[in-house]
Amino acid sequence: MIPLLIGIPVLLAVMFQVVRNEKARGYIVYAGAGIVMLTTIVFIVRWIQDGARTWEFYISTGLIAHLMTAGDIILMCLIIYMSIKYGKVLPILLSAAQTALVLYIEFTVEITEGPHIMVDWLTILMCIIIACIGGFICIYTVGYMKGYHNHHKEVKDRQPFFFSMLFLFLGAMFGLVLSQNLIWIYFFWEITSVISFLMIGYTRTDEAIHNSFMALWMNLLGGLGFAIAIALMAVMHGTVQLSDVVGIGELLPLLCLALAGLTKSAQLPFSTWLLGAMVAPTPSSALLHSATMVKAGVYLLIRISPALEGNLVGIIISSIGGFTFIMASMMAIAQNDGKKVLAFSTISNLGLIVGCAGIGVEETVWAAIFLMIFHSVSKSMLFQSVGATENTLGSRDIEDMHGLIIRVPKLAYIMGIGIAGMYLAPFGMLISKWVALKAFVDSGNFVLVLCIAYGSATTMFYWTKWLAKLLCYHIPRETVEDVTNKDEYVSMFFHAVLMLLLCLLLPLVAIWVVNPIVRELFGNSTDVLSMSVLTTMAIMLISIFIVPVVMFFISRRSHSELVPIYMNGINEGDNRFFLNSYGEKEHLYLSNWYLRFEFGRRHLRVPSIILAAAILVLGFCLVIGGVS
Amino acid sequence: MIRIILVLAYLLLAPFLGALLDGLDRIISARMQRRRGPSLFQPFYDLGKLFSKELITVNNVQLLLNMSYLVILMIAGAMLFAGADLLMVLFILSTADMFLIMAASSDSSPYANMGASREMLQMMAYEPLTLLVAVGFYLTTGSFHVGDIINAPVSAVVFMPGLLVGFMFTAAIKFRKSPFDLSTSHHAHQEMVKGLTTEMSGMTLAIMNIAEYYEKILLFGIFCLFFVNSTWWSWVAAIVVCGVIFFMETLWDNVSARVKWKTLLYSCWVVTLVAGGVNILILMLDK
Amino acid sequence: MNKVSKSPWLLHYDASSCNGCDIEVLDCLTPKYDIERFGIINTGDPFQADILLITGGINSQTERVVRQLYSQMPEPKVVVAVGICACTGGVFKECYNIKGGIDTVIPVDVYVPGCAARPESIIDGVVRALKVLDAKQAALKDSGR
Repeated sequence: MIPLLIGIPVLLAVMFQVVRNEKARGYIVYAGAGIVMLTTIVFIVRWIQDGARTWEFYISTGLIAHLMTAGDIILMCLIIYMSIKYGKVLPILLSAAQTALVLYIEFTVEITEGPHIMVDWLTILMCIIIACIGGFICIYTVGYMKGYHNHHKEVKDRQPFFFSMLFLFLGAMFGLVLSQNLIWIYFFWEITSVISFLMIGYTRTDEAIHNSFMALWMNLLGGLGFAIAIALMAVMHGTVQLSDVVGIGELLPLLCLALAGLTKSAQLPFSTWLLGAMVAPTPSSALLHSATMVKAGVYLLIRISPALEGNLVGIIISSIGGFTFIMASMMAIAQNDGKKVLAFSTISNLGLIVGCAGIGVEETVWAAIFLMIFHSVSKSMLFQSVGATENTLGSRDIEDMHGLIIRVPKLAYIMGIGIAGMYLAPFGMLISKWVALKAFVDSGNFVLVLCIAYGSATTMFYWTKWLAKLLCYHIPRETVEDVTNKDEYVSMFFHAVLMLLLCLLLPLVAIWVVNPIVRELFGNSTDVLSMSVLTTMAIMLISIFIVPVVMFFISRRSHSELVPIYMNGINEGDNRFFLNSYGEKEHLYLSNWYLRFEFGRRHLRVPSIILAAAILVLGFCLVIGGVS
Repeated sequence: MIRIILVLAYLLLAPFLGALLDGLDRIISARMQRRRGPSLFQPFYDLGKLFSKELITVNNVQLLLNMSYLVILMIAGAMLFAGADLLMVLFILSTADMFLIMAASSDSSPYANMGASREMLQMMAYEPLTLLVAVGFYLTTGSFHVGDIINAPVSAVVFMPGLLVGFMFTAAIKFRKSPFDLSTSHHAHQEMVKGLTTEMSGMTLAIMNIAEYYEKILLFGIFCLFFVNSTWWSWVAAIVVCGVIFFMETLWDNVSARVKWKTLLYSCWVVTLVAGGVNILILMLDK
Repeated sequence: MNKVSKSPWLLHYDASSCNGCDIEVLDCLTPKYDIERFGIINTGDPFQADILLITGGINSQTERVVRQLYSQMPEPKVVVAVGICACTGGVFKECYNIKGGIDTVIPVDVYVPGCAARPESIIDGVVRALKVLDAKQAALKDSGR
């Protein structure tokens, strides 16, 4: 089963290189995504039939390990080739160093064999996320790339490459979450870094190339941390099992692994790469940079979180997470580019998850997993709808989305659900925040309590103003034609329905999915949320949905007369124009409030990077120095 | 049983009580300015008039959003008086506010939009403190549940005086009192007409006013939480103190001018950090 | 109970006044005259106003504004013309840009003469307008709305 999960996407990736016909490619994507999802479902069903035990495979491996070694070398060669081509030095050094280190360890140090593949609840959850969300994003891509190339004539059409990368990425993600051996995880980890590098550089503009190399070196730095962790574990303890890292709980390997997790999940001081990655076509942003790849970072942190409770590494990780949460949400306020806002909000939410993982107690990990689920769904939905809006309006500026509800209602509804899912009361993100706040208080972490208090306020600000912009009733200047393809709607509707279902079935998700994961990681699980709270949540959720609907019918009954809006009595005809002081007609233009001079990136970026880097360096010094 | 009565009492009486307080507020303000002021029942006359007027709107959704605002606020208040989770109540409260902001920005009018933006800013200003208040209750009584908080042996205010001061400071935003009445107020604003409520007329405005009355009582409910403990006389004390707080807010309204948004945001955040944060820190270290 | 006259809210508009009458209108809000004791609020927003208080005559620039403001007020509503210019055009009546009193554009219910109109007479005018307002509300109810 497991070779199939990894193998099918890889096989499909090869197929795209062969099949060049656009139509055929579309069918293959549909079929491929379907097969991937189906395989995952069959896999899960079989696992559950087996009693949902932890499966462990591949105790001893011969050929596969050699293949991976070869793969590592090929990846290194690829990175070196690309770096030489574009004249960059840093990636070469980082890549050569880590590959050499891993190879050296593999061939010289005696390592006790252990299971290389492990399947447990957390793996299953990640598989579901990768297969469902990833699969639908692939379907979305079919429609999106058509629109994208109609809209961007200057970009060379390299769609087969793009699709190959998408599916290869899915395969690598499956490998990453299924593996238990650090060397295997490292291999897949490097693949995801390289694919993200290639996808960011898709358009091959100067900006794209620059940003892609930035993403590359930052992720390679994390990879180097990973390699050092492997080396330390192998040399000192003779094992490269992830579970042993957690079990032994030595600080330095943990911190090195955590560094890898931080770079991958774009925490400060490494958040720049995720912002730069927004130059890529939207599906890659959705897939790589919000729904799945950045989740690999938090996945790793959640895996090691039981070992982080109350020690120095835990404190470092949670403070960086909390700090990132508040700083990124403040910087998001000053952005008017839709994708930038999404990027900042991704960083900020991941910061919360990282903060939770860093505390490393059951409640926080519970919250972290919940945040991860909801964030994946709603963020991928938001990215897709912003991408579709960009193709339709020709702009992804939030200012241009004024009155989207009138112009492109379907997209506006989807975007609205996504935004509501990110922060509004009874939706899942908020319940996770509730649990996280409680857990932070319980663990006595004062700074994180402040971070979450201020951070949720700033989060609320930037989402609300976006939502308000969407829902303006404003007669559009010019009508636009919705050019969103059916493929895109299929995916977006799936996400919207999934989002609503997740909210409605929240108690069930908690009992069936999240609690088992926590039980497995910590050995026991207290009921984080009592049933009464969950029921309250469900009641609230229903009321939030029902109240506006009921009110809709009530307000329909009242007869009202429509009048123009108040513009000091100088409306010119309708609500769109007014008479200016020259006696001329002028178009009304309403702008959002960005507080640029207070929360702009210019002011906050450098100090926050310096501070986060200082925390990290200080942490390394303390851990290496042996302070615990 | 007593909870059901409390919830029903809240749902039925809160608008009346809120309106009476509003009337009282106007009289006290007038007396402070050496005027006679309107009758105590003036808010009821206003509501009656608003309901009797012709309904004009600028779009079809404003009324619906305003009604949702009212109902969700009622749910939040009912949850508070039913002894539910305080943090949840605060979250619902902000969701309700979201509907008001949507109602204001739905008409895409310059003044209402400006009011809506300012309302968002105000939310950003007071939100951290309200969360910290909930955390403070959790630290002192070991539960977020209002039901547990009111049965504590000692009043919470003994442990969290800083949070009370901070809450009084930011409550001026929620009461729409000067110096923090940026988004709208009873008085006409030169630069923004009636802010958030500019396009609301007749019934729509009346609903918004009723919702504000509910909110006012809800906030006084939270103030009461600071003082109520398991003894009966603490309830009396709480109500008396609420009266004092009400008077002080009115006084503050009359002696201060409206501030700029930056002053609002920074002062609220600093007060939150100094009064609230330090208080929480002490409570946490004490644990 | 829900008589409009118990809570009349004002909208004050300066059509082309010399500001004399406007100052007198604001005078009414001061502690000495205190029109809030009648429940009157100066809203400045046509959507919430019952009484439109206009000072100054109509000129070619303000004509459309007055029309629009009037149209944005919900029924029942009354118009009070404050000052002689608002009533008839006053000394500016013959000016090239003046159309005349307010009643050349919208129906006026109460005329308050004076140059400038005294606060007492403005209050008197508003209180008279309240009677008109009640009558209009009754008429509105009769017509079945």
